[in-house]
Amino acid sequence: MTGIEAHVLSIETAEPVRIRKRRGYWWAVWRRLLQDRVAMSCACVLVIIIAAAALAPLIVPAQAMKNSIAHRLLPILSDGHILGTDELGRDMLGRLVYGGRVSLLMGILPVLVAMLVGGTLGIFAGFTGRFINMLIMRLVDVFFAFPSVLLAVGLAGALGSGAVNCLIALSVVLTPAIARVAEAATTQIRSQGFIEAAVATGASRFQIITGHVLSNVIGPIVTYSSSQVSLAIVLASGLSFLGLGVSPPTADWGLMLNTLRQSLYVAPMNAVLPGLIILITSVCFNLFSDGLRSALDVKP
Amino acid sequence: MTQVLAVERLGKDFKVSGGLLGPKGLVQAVDDCSFAVAKNEVLGLVGESGSGKSTLARLLMCLIRPDRGRIVLENAAVDARSADERRRVLSRVQMVFQDSYASLNPRHTAAAEVAFGLAARGEPRRAAERQACEALALVGLTPNLFAERYPHELSGGQRQRVNIARAIALSPKILILDEAVSALDKSVQAQVLNLLGDLKRTLGLTYLFISHDLEVVRYVSDRIVVMYLGKVMEIGSVDVVYDAPAHPYTKALISSRLTTDPKRRTSAAPVTGDPPSPINPPPGCRFSSRCPIAEPICRAREPKLSSLRRDPHHLTACHAHITDSGHSLASARKSEGNP
Repeated sequence: MTGIEAHVLSIETAEPVRIRKRRGYWWAVWRRLLQDRVAMSCACVLVIIIAAAALAPLIVPAQAMKNSIAHRLLPILSDGHILGTDELGRDMLGRLVYGGRVSLLMGILPVLVAMLVGGTLGIFAGFTGRFINMLIMRLVDVFFAFPSVLLAVGLAGALGSGAVNCLIALSVVLTPAIARVAEAATTQIRSQGFIEAAVATGASRFQIITGHVLSNVIGPIVTYSSSQVSLAIVLASGLSFLGLGVSPPTADWGLMLNTLRQSLYVAPMNAVLPGLIILITSVCFNLFSDGLRSALDVKP
Repeated sequence: MTQVLAVERLGKDFKVSGGLLGPKGLVQAVDDCSFAVAKNEVLGLVGESGSGKSTLARLLMCLIRPDRGRIVLENAAVDARSADERRRVLSRVQMVFQDSYASLNPRHTAAAEVAFGLAARGEPRRAAERQACEALALVGLTPNLFAERYPHELSGGQRQRVNIARAIALSPKILILDEAVSALDKSVQAQVLNLLGDLKRTLGLTYLFISHDLEVVRYVSDRIVVMYLGKVMEIGSVDVVYDAPAHPYTKALISSRLTTDPKRRTSAAPVTGDPPSPINPPPGCRFSSRCPIAEPICRAREPKLSSLRRDPHHLTACHAHITDSGHSLASARKSEGNP
């Protein structure tokens, strides 16, 4: 040890620095996320949309949801209907708020399930390597052989119509791609020196995955998964359109988009609204997940 | 002198696939290696790239399984196949890796990295963190300042100190230092080497010091093992091997050192050419293709590692030193040979 270093050390021991309060990794992630303005704005928009959907019966008067042929396709900013009315004279704002309940559920839940299943499969395959990896990933590849819409339609058709079956079909459709992202990220991490160093401490496979692999692969998995939310919403609307998801009286963004399609030349603004809300939701999800990925990274 | 670790005729092969229809090869990364490490000793392991030093280190850490031979740890043979046994071995043998940056998780703080191994061993979280901070203090990283830092916030020397802390936190008997200081610049190297010396004294550690840096090995080691293409070429105490190397490979290696003293400038030609392909090596001495004193016997028969007549603790694998081997420089049974 050099003289200077010994000197520095002696100063430190003479006057102990106040120990920084231990807050851990996730606290630091949260702090970094709070500083990201784009991510936080998107989070606010998402919170508003989700809260409105959750509290729909409280904020939308029942009167607004009634059919009224006299008030068909009123333009935006009409009296009593801020966003106008749809082809059956129902309030667009009310329909959009109610539609969020189904669409957000169809968009988020299958992605969460796929993230859990696909992520676990991918991390397991990537970390185990060799034959197991081959087996799992080739099985996953089988799903890639089908176009995702066709696969969703086929599964939903086989399971029968209904929201739950639609959720199952969407989860199955989204899983393979997430598994592949997780596998690629894990394979890359596995070859790094710190994994070998962790093996050398005598830790079990499970301890290494939870302690070292997970924190390094969660970023790509979350980012990719959240980009699938919009895809899931659109796929769900397609299923509804084919009569395999929710059926017409129920509000659903995708379903609204399909039914208003016929009024596109009469009331283009009204017809575009459900698409706009899908766009806003998916862009917010993407930007938020992008911010989350940066926040998960410890390097500035 | 009690021996901590011994390897006996240890061997590890790697298969080389030549594609679907191409020829298959076998690399004997480590072959027929035998040596022992005594308690509190620093055993240096030198050899050029590809000589099997790191494979040997991984074999000793049970990170890969040996194909032949055995490892004896504190007088008990190690069975690398059993996971429990592996864990028992790793509580007594630890390793510091060469690449200080790659061997630290970029998302773990220094304290978390050191505590991971302790927690994996079943220590409660609090205790593991406390012991991690103690280990960091031992390697000269004040926990107040460094415990919460991430690898990218540390310098190369500090990162290697974290690596050392992680290894010694598990209180091993023997520490394998695989090129542990090679990636550091000279001044930091000196600091880390001094730290290792201090730790050895205070914790009663034994080191297996793997390096290609002959000066560093000479500085830290008590004895050295010279390897070439997976084989042990020479074993002896540092002073003897550096001053009077027996094997032609060691001679070439020693004379290839750079010196700052003009008087000691070497004119002897170093080993020429590249080492031969380690895939399917020919019979006989592996160094014979580059050896200045190779004779037909060297290409026909592999020399056994055997002690020199003048010093029983100095072993070499060269026909020129084996009595009655048939090599022209070898001593006959009666006359005193000195190549």
